[in-house]
Formats: sequence, C-alpha cells, structure tokens
Amino acid sequence: MTATQTKVRLATVWLDGCSGCHMSLLDTDERLVALAQRVTVVWGPLVDAKQFPENVDVTLVEGAISSEDDLHRIRLVRARTKILVTLGDCAITGNVSAMRNNFGANAVLKRAYLENATLDAQIPRQVIPALNAIVRPVHEFVPVDVFVPGCPPSADLIFSVLSELLEGKMPNPAAKFG
Amino acid sequence: MSARAPIRVKTLTIDGREVGAREDQTILEVARENNIFIPTLCNLPGLSNAGACRLCIVEVKGVNKLLPACVTRVAEGMEVTVNSERLAKFRRGILELVFAERNHVCSVCVTNGHCDLQNMALKLGMTHVHFPYQYPRMPVDASHERFVVDHNRCILCARCVRVCDEIEGAHTWDIMSRGVECRVITDLAQPWGKSESCTGCGKCVQVCPTGALSEKGKSVAEMSKRRQFLPYLTLMREGRR
Amino acid sequence: MTIEELHKIAQTERDAEKKFQHHVCVCIAAGCLSSGADHVRDALKKEVAESGMKNEVLVKGVGCMGLCSAGPLVTVETEDQMFASVTPEDAPEIIRTLDTGADAGSSGLHPCPTNVPFFERQKKIVLENSGKIDPERIEDYIAHDGYLALVTAITEMTPLEVIEQVKNSGLRGRGGAGYPTGLKWSTVAKTGEQEKYVICNADEGDPGAFMDRAVLESDPHRVLEGMAIAAYAVGAQKGYIYVRAEYPLAVKHLKTAIKQAERMGLLGNSISGTRFSFHIDIRLGAGAFVCGEETALIASIEGKRGTPRPRPPFPAESGLWECPTLINNVETFANIAPIVRHGAEWFAAIGTEKSKGTKVFALAGRVENTGLIEVPMGITLREIIHQIGGGIPDGKQYKAVQTGGPSGGCIPAEHLDSPVDYESLARIGSIMGSGGMIVMDETSCMVDVAKYFMEFCMSESCGKCIPCRAGTQQMHGILEKITAGEATPADVALLEELCELVRSTSLCGLGQSAPNPVVTTLKYFRDEYDAHVTGAGCPAGTCKTKDEVTV
Repeated sequence: MTATQTKVRLATVWLDGCSGCHMSLLDTDERLVALAQRVTVVWGPLVDAKQFPENVDVTLVEGAISSEDDLHRIRLVRARTKILVTLGDCAITGNVSAMRNNFGANAVLKRAYLENATLDAQIPRQVIPALNAIVRPVHEFVPVDVFVPGCPPSADLIFSVLSELLEGKMPNPAAKFG
Repeated sequence: MSARAPIRVKTLTIDGREVGAREDQTILEVARENNIFIPTLCNLPGLSNAGACRLCIVEVKGVNKLLPACVTRVAEGMEVTVNSERLAKFRRGILELVFAERNHVCSVCVTNGHCDLQNMALKLGMTHVHFPYQYPRMPVDASHERFVVDHNRCILCARCVRVCDEIEGAHTWDIMSRGVECRVITDLAQPWGKSESCTGCGKCVQVCPTGALSEKGKSVAEMSKRRQFLPYLTLMREGRR
Repeated sequence: MTIEELHKIAQTERDAEKKFQHHVCVCIAAGCLSSGADHVRDALKKEVAESGMKNEVLVKGVGCMGLCSAGPLVTVETEDQMFASVTPEDAPEIIRTLDTGADAGSSGLHPCPTNVPFFERQKKIVLENSGKIDPERIEDYIAHDGYLALVTAITEMTPLEVIEQVKNSGLRGRGGAGYPTGLKWSTVAKTGEQEKYVICNADEGDPGAFMDRAVLESDPHRVLEGMAIAAYAVGAQKGYIYVRAEYPLAVKHLKTAIKQAERMGLLGNSISGTRFSFHIDIRLGAGAFVCGEETALIASIEGKRGTPRPRPPFPAESGLWECPTLINNVETFANIAPIVRHGAEWFAAIGTEKSKGTKVFALAGRVENTGLIEVPMGITLREIIHQIGGGIPDGKQYKAVQTGGPSGGCIPAEHLDSPVDYESLARIGSIMGSGGMIVMDETSCMVDVAKYFMEFCMSESCGKCIPCRAGTQQMHGILEKITAGEATPADVALLEELCELVRSTSLCGLGQSAPNPVVTTLKYFRDEYDAHVTGAGCPAGTCKTKDEVTV
C-alpha cells in the first residue's frame, strides 16, 4: 500500500453557518501540516469539485439545515460518509441560524434584502435556495456519529477530535455549548 | 443539665460509601458534605426546596420510586444510589427537555460561560438534544431600568420567585399559566419596570441559573452571578434567631 | 339534636309525603337540567295545580337517576314508572295517566322500563338517595335515615371506635389511588390534640367524569355527614369542600345544605350538645385539573398557586397551613354514613377481598346506555359494558374501554372479563381512578385517543417540574406527528423513551400517570401505531394524513 492510499478521506461541509467553525479548523495552524500528512481533503468550501464524492471516511458538517437544498445535501453526504461529525452549535442545536425561527424566513429576507439594501432592493428568488420555515439541527434529519459543540469549537478541540478519529477511536468530546 | 433537644444522627450509605448525618438533613445536604456530586438546577442553599427540576433524583433501596435528594430526609440504614446508568439517562433526558423547551442560544447569551444550565450540560455529558426543539416565541422585558428578563432563557426553576419572597420579602415574582405556557411574572404580569412591589434589589438576577435574568449593559458572556449574599444573609438570620 | 329528635323529623316528613297519593320525581341534576328538566318540573306543578290534584300529587325535584342519556327523566315512585326524554308538553299526559291509570305506553310518552339490567345490575350505596330525595331539603334526607350515623357516632361512639368501624369496613379512597381510608384516618387521629382539618376533594376534573358532581347535586347532606363523622374521628374542627366553580348547581346545593345543617345543629358548635364542633366552608376551584392532587389542592385553599409539592410530608402530618389534614374524595365521604349505620361487616360483605363496597362510574362513549352507575366491586367490565351499558350501538365492534381518565389506560377486549377492583385494573395497566369510563368502538383510533389524553395532560400540567411540563409537550408532538402520518418507527421509540422518563421522574401523580394512555395503547394496540408509521394509514380511518386533507 502506498502512503496516499492509506490517507483518510476527509470532507468538510458548510451548511447554514457563519463559517466560523471552518475558521476554527484553520486555526489549528501548523498542526494542519501534520494533518495533511494523514488526510486527503476530498470536499470542502475551497475544494473545486462538482459532486460530493463517494467513500468519504470523515465529514465535518458546519451549520444547520435551513433549506431544502441543505436537506438534500446532508442526505447525500450521509449516504457517502462513514463517520459524520457535526461541528459547532449551528449543526448541533440550530444556534444563531435557528434564531430566525421566531420571526419566520420572510422577516429575515425582508430585513436583509429590502430594509438594509442601499441599491436595487429586491429579495432574490433565483439561484439561491428558498428558505425553510424552521431551521433545524442536522441530527433531526440524518444520524450523526460525533457531536463537537462550541461556537465555534476551539481549534484544540477540533484537532483532538480529528486526532482521535485518525487513531481509529470514536471521540465523545466534553465541551460546552456556546 | 441543659434542656436542649439532643441531636440525633443517622448512618447511611451513598453509592456504597458510609456517611453520617443529622436526622434533619436531606440526602443532598449529606452528599454535598461528603463531596458526592448530585446534579441540581432549582436547588440553591439558602432558599427553600422546590423539588421541581428533578435532576437530583436518586434511588433508595426498598423504595420503588425515584426520590428527589433535595427534599428526602436521611434515615438510618438508608442505601442511596446517586450514580447509575438509569439515573444518568433520566437526568440527561430531563436536561435535554429543558434545552428543547425554549431558546437557549448559549453563543449569544449574556451568561455564556457562567451559566448553571450550560455547565450542567457539560457535567452530564450532554452532547446534543435528541428531542425536537420547540422554538417557542418568547418575549423579552427590558422595561426595568437596571435589569432584563429574557423568557427565552428561563427554565422555570422559580429561584427568583423564592428569593424575592423568602429573602427580600417582596414577592414581586411569581409564575403564571400552566404547563409549557408558564412564565415568571412581576406583580400581576405587569412590565417589570412598572412593578410597584419590586425593590430593585437584584437578588433575583443573581440567583437566576441562566441568562433569563441579567443586568442591563452586559454583553455576551459578561454576566456572571454573585451569590455570596445568600449564605451570608441566611447565616445572619439564623444567628439572630 | 338527639336521635329521638331525628326520628321525629323523619316521621313528620314521611307522614307529610304519605298524604300524597302519587310522588312524581323530576331529575333536576345537571344532566337532565341541561335538557330542560326545570321546565318539565314547572309544567308538572302547573298541571297538578290546574287539574285540582294538589293534595294528591307531589311533584318534587330530585337528584340524578343515572340514565343521563335519556333525560329529562321523570319517575312516578308510587307506580314504579319512569319516563324518558320528557318535555314540558308531556306534563298533562303524565298527570292524566296518574289520574286515570291509563296505559302509559299508548300515550305518546316514552316509558322507560326499570326492570332492565341497567337498573337491576346496579347496587346503590352512595347513590341510594339519588333520584329519590329533594337535595335542597334536609328533612327529606333525614327521612331517609340521614344524620343518624353522625348523631350515633358522636353520642354513642368514641373516635377510636369510629375509626375501627371504617378500618374494618375495608373502605378505600375513591379518588383513584385506593389508599385504605381507615388507615388514613387513624394517621391523622394519631397526631394528637391540635388544630386539624378535614378536606373534601370535589375537584373532579377527568374528562367525561361526573360522579362527584352527581353526588353533590343529588345528596349533598350525605357528604357533609361523612365529613362531620370524619372530623369527629380524627379530631378536626374545621372542614373545607374544594369544589370546581364549573359545578354551580352542586355549589348551590352544598351551600343550602350547610346552612340547613347548621340551623338544625348538625354542623357548627357543640353538635348534639357534645363538645364536638365542626364547621364546613366551601372553596371554589378555578378549574385546574392539577388541583385534584392533594398538595396542590391544599396550596390552592391557602390562596397560593395550585401546584403540588413533594411528599413526604403527607397532608396527614402536615397539610393545610401545616396542620394535620384529612383529605378524602366526595365518594369516600359519601360511603361513611352507611358504614356507620349498617356496620363494617355489612359493607365488607360487598365487593372483593381487597376492594370492598361499590364504585360509582360515569359510563360514557360508545354504549347504548350512558350515565351514572353504581356497581359492586368485582363486577366484570363485560357486565358493565354489555349488560348495564347495553352493549355497543349500531352493531359496531367493541374496541377498548378507558378507565381512570388521563391517568388511566385503555383496556382491550381480551381483558373484558377482568373484575373491576383496584388490583385487577392496575394489573392490566389501567387504574380505578375516580370513576370515568369511556367505551370506544372500532371507529376510534387508539393513537388519536392517546393523543387526546396527552393533550389534556399537557395543557393541565402545572408546569412546575420539567419532565411533566416539557415531556408531555414532546409526547404530544410525537403523537400529532403519528396521527398526521408523518412519523417513523424512530418516533415511536422516542415516544416510549419519554413515557418511561416522564413516568419515573415527574413530581406528582399527574406527570407520573400521564403516559398511561400511551403505554396501554402501545401495549394493546401496537398494530395501530405501526400502521400509522409504515404508511398503511389509520386503521380506524379517523386520522387524516396531510395528503388526504388537501385532497
């Protein structure tokens, strides 16, 4: 077996979140170099691929489910992933993404695209997916294997979770929400 | 000889450990004296016990029901189990029910990092909530000049109600409605700022386990609670008696 | 008041009634009243006056006769004749049949045979005076041996003897849990000489239950007498009846009864010239189901929010205003006077080994005869439903009977031969409860039934403890999902987990028993749940999935 073949196929998915969890992943800094020795990032916000790949070992999911598109994507991700990790509070609890549940999707769109717009105010109806009425956490739709709470989870926590996964262990991180 | 009533003591076991107790003590008090952790949310030493949060349930040999440790008195030879798989599962379930019931968004909460509920989740190993979130629409009352009540964060432990009634003696706080519709209210559900009975002492804010009651001007994670006054006041009052 | 004086009042009353050749009794309890019984009574009185029979026919308003579905009911006691669905327009005809002895059958009236199982299979102790006496006249109660037991107890028996009597009778609490009444009394009595209270729990809140209402409306003195005997036995000086404000007629009759009893010296200071004094006050509940729970009820009387508190201490030790308090249900108190009058052995001879006496049920739902019944303990469910109840109407199949209200369970056909007593009902997953009994046929969806009761518990939860408050909401949500056809087997598993959690960890009986309707329907009608979650739809056809609704 060559070194590349034994590398763990890692994917990261960005649903309804602020990308802070991805930032925190990048905050592992020089440890990324060590990680890169052992994983291949097969999908992520910066990976140029059209389709979520098959046979993914570990997928980190940031963000909650807030549109049909999110739901469609997470089902595909789940089907093609061995170990699904929800990364951060939005994916686990809905968190800030779910705060609009009290006001409805329309109120949010109106505020963002009409009231706060300075030029050519209009609610976009094409290309971007329509919002669901209620934002919900990932595990309410698909089974999740590992939960990594935090807003965002600290870089240390993410690194330790990934390290354990690479050692073939199933982590159960003790970390607080928020 | 003095006519003082003799103090009677009992011996019991908690998770197999033999401990001694005064007969008027509760299981929770004895456990705390012996550094045995029993989770609680509504209990706060210095206030009366409500037996409401149900996190402190324990098993007692020979009793087929689970008993709340905060109100169950010790008895001679009592065999108490504080930690069991069953209890852990129930406690996590209860905790998850609270998280799912209202909108506890820790990341943007004034008490983030200083919250009894948030800490309890960590302590009981709650990684996620497996009951569907309810996302109810809850009001925030910022009418008081110094304090805010955010019902999104309230767990209805009634610590505010008790401290206001039992320690401050104002009984500004109470609870209205039934079931999940319950809400803590000031006076007869008037805005807090309009309350005529509120003395503005702020004890309720300090005993509140979450970010439901907070001081104005505090931003995310800036509100930590100061509860030293409670044992102090209780001690002083007992001393006077 | 002495026994001789009581006898004298009774004799005068009986003599006065005997002067009338015919006694026409009109049920004016809430059930018949709601279908216009008061107008029937007035029409009958008018007819009697106009036909010049004022000295021959006595028209009186009485309490519940039981067959509520056929109301308004009128009986002619002297002829042993009963008429159903009587209207004011029937009055002349009824009076005419009295006058001429004409056959009632051909007259356009609806004679109601009384030699049918509905009446013959019943055994009346609690309801012995219901439908016979005028609840607003103490003399009528005294004429039916009323207050004999009280005066006998306080003048001839020691409190201990009274308690022994109740103990030996084997009477158990009729509020639902079946705690031995005598034992409760002796515990309160043992607390020594101090301020004590007797409370009558008349906060009847189970959906479909109206036993206590009927007793209070039909025979209020019986409850007062029971309470007074209890007060004498345990050494209490003050009593409260906690009754829901939704029972205005019961409250009215109680108020009248208390006034009458006080005027006759049967309540108040130095009853029967002894040192025993006992005062009764009424407290109105605002309709919170949880206030039927004893500690919540006590909090409510104290003027606080009606929420339960953990027990111990039990009310017997520390109840109302932290004084020892005896709290019994209406029906329990209603059993006391007959026990004292006829003796413990008489009572203990009725019923089963562990459940003595009779039980009043409010029979409702899909049975021919709905109404109020009183049956000996140990009778089978089949006898109640198929004989007394007259079976399922419209040729439909029996499916389940729900006993014990929101705290009870649904019992399937396979357990129809189970005797009705505390232990047997508990064994099959239900409870005796206070006496609600709702029969369901094949057109009822059991998931929907469970959802109904869960919705009730959810909105009636006091909100104090987390498992009951938030757990019932979660369970209700899942049941809604199931009935909407949107649930998966995982949801049913979650529902079962919640049942266990809420049952084991809730503070009071409301929460601890709230899962019962779900638990029993899951146990006996699992196939119906499965059908909903596997896409097979609702077997009973009552639940509409979203698709069907939009079509």
